[in-house]
Amino acid sequence: MGKPDAKLDKERRAFIKKVLNGTIAGSLLLVIPMPIGAGTPEVPEQIPGIRGKKWDMFHQRFAFIVDITRCIGCGSCCVADRREFNVPEGYYRTWVERYLKDFNDQVYVDSPHGGFDGYQSPRTDIDVEVRDTFFVPKLCNMCKEPPCVQVCPVGATFKTPDGFVLVDRERCVGCAYCIQACPYSSRYLDPVTRTAEKCTWCYHRVRKGLLPACVNVCPTGARKFGDLNDKNSEVYKLLHEHEVLTVLKKDMGTYPALYYKGLRREVV
Amino acid sequence: MDALNFVFPNDLHVHWSMMIVLYPYLTGLVDGSFIVAALYYVFGVKSLKPISRFALVFALAFLSCAMFPLLMHLGRPERNFNMMLTPSPTSAMSGAGFIFTVAIVLIGLIVLLVYRPTLVKLRLKTKGIMKILYRVLTMDSTNLSPESLELDRKIIKFLVAIGIPVATVLHGYVGFLFGGVKANPSWSTPLMPVIFLFSACVSGISALVLAYIVIKKITKQPVDVGCVRTCINVLAGFFILAFSFEMLEVFSHSYLRTWYHHAVEGLLNGPLFYSFWVWQVVICSVLPLLLLGWLCLFKLKDSVFKFFAAAVSFILLLQVLLMRWNVVIGGQLMSKSTRGYTEFHPEWFDKEGILAIIVLMTLPFIVLYIMSKIFPLWLEGEEASS
Repeated sequence: MGKPDAKLDKERRAFIKKVLNGTIAGSLLLVIPMPIGAGTPEVPEQIPGIRGKKWDMFHQRFAFIVDITRCIGCGSCCVADRREFNVPEGYYRTWVERYLKDFNDQVYVDSPHGGFDGYQSPRTDIDVEVRDTFFVPKLCNMCKEPPCVQVCPVGATFKTPDGFVLVDRERCVGCAYCIQACPYSSRYLDPVTRTAEKCTWCYHRVRKGLLPACVNVCPTGARKFGDLNDKNSEVYKLLHEHEVLTVLKKDMGTYPALYYKGLRREVV
Repeated sequence: MDALNFVFPNDLHVHWSMMIVLYPYLTGLVDGSFIVAALYYVFGVKSLKPISRFALVFALAFLSCAMFPLLMHLGRPERNFNMMLTPSPTSAMSGAGFIFTVAIVLIGLIVLLVYRPTLVKLRLKTKGIMKILYRVLTMDSTNLSPESLELDRKIIKFLVAIGIPVATVLHGYVGFLFGGVKANPSWSTPLMPVIFLFSACVSGISALVLAYIVIKKITKQPVDVGCVRTCINVLAGFFILAFSFEMLEVFSHSYLRTWYHHAVEGLLNGPLFYSFWVWQVVICSVLPLLLLGWLCLFKLKDSVFKFFAAAVSFILLLQVLLMRWNVVIGGQLMSKSTRGYTEFHPEWFDKEGILAIIVLMTLPFIVLYIMSKIFPLWLEGEEASS
């Protein structure tokens, strides 16, 4: 009867050994520092020339171009944006407007839910023969002379040397003066933080060589983003070719870094 | 029409709510009452003597409460001192704290100096805590010699003279806050500070006249009609200026017919038709203008004059409130899309709601009542006649 017992002991011992080894190895995994991101595949660089070198804040020049002729009003950009920033309901960092024009040149504009749900069916509240229709995505214009930065009483809204207009929510007092000053209505007072919020052109992604979330998901390439120092970038080419590019509310003297290709005169 | 109405998605919210209507209204009352005091102390308009002290205490009481609406409005009121600790020099708003501080210190000093002889007498008369309080307020000085009173008079004149530009900046600045917003076509006009300033004078003088007549009526004291007549004359002058500039703004743009006019035209003739044209312009401006003309140009019986002076003051107080409403709330109803208008529905129990407004509007009167227990509002006996 001794033999089977010995076998059992041996198996038991081996089992305990295995458990111990596993425990030690597991604990070591927790203790030994691992390189960040190891084991997860790195997202390929989307804006060339950013990774692997020091961020040169004073020489970066970024531009955003929206191609009206390509936008299909699917709302993917709005969905991506809301997920990226957890934007509260009823407030918009980016939105898509739908323009309709009838044969009397009457313009009808709408943007239900900021275009978040996509424009899946025609407008039912108007009964006119539509001559033309197009979509206009809107976002922060990242003005070179931003009125929001000018009016902020505490310097919470600021312009980075590389041209991004950002809000420091730790400093913002929530006076909403910047919201009044923005000619494009890109800003809102976040009901949770009670501070001003706006589109950042996904500065956190750009710093990692990634495209803004809305640009990344756009299925038709209507949203374009890139570095103007890179002569191979699409934005550089568009801005230096014979394309007709315009900005919104030029007379405001804000000098936006957001350009529109194929923008129509009806768009405000 | 609704199908044509397009408001930018973020413009559905009216971010500057009723607190921002109340704030310029309160500072306006301060400005106007200070002007009355300045007319007496600097320009020597002797007939204003009976309300000269009241005007100063009134200004101080309202100024002490003028910042509360701003605090209530801020999303993060606990960070309000950042405006003075880390001000951004490019922002007009960053001047708020400094201008306010200078104004309240100045008016406080003027009140203390103007009241010094009275406070010294009260210090000798009273006992206990009040005596200590008066001792502090008189800075432990009982010197009432003719030389010291003459020095007081000179300092008062100097301080009030400085006070005029300070009061002008205090309210002109508020107008500039709106006038400097180029994104809003109904605000961005260099006339805005001027309009705000003159309407501030109108509201302050009206408030003084109304409060003077009502308080005297309640306390069954005689009203100095000569003083009220001077106030009404000054009020008429300021109101003609204020109303002219308000109308000039609308008229010149409607004549120029630029894009600006087309944007604002729809606002004034649409959502603001009743609150602007009917109430602000016709009922509360044209009507009091006719009444003021009648009061100033015709010899009326004292009792009739008093009644209509109070009535016209009341209407003008309403006019200025409506003007603030139409500028602040009205200006935000128009979306920056210039294709549509949003709506504003005041809430009762909101942080910036009607109830909060009532409480904040009552507060200066409570402060005024408490201050009247320390600083007697009216001159008595020989002081009044001397």
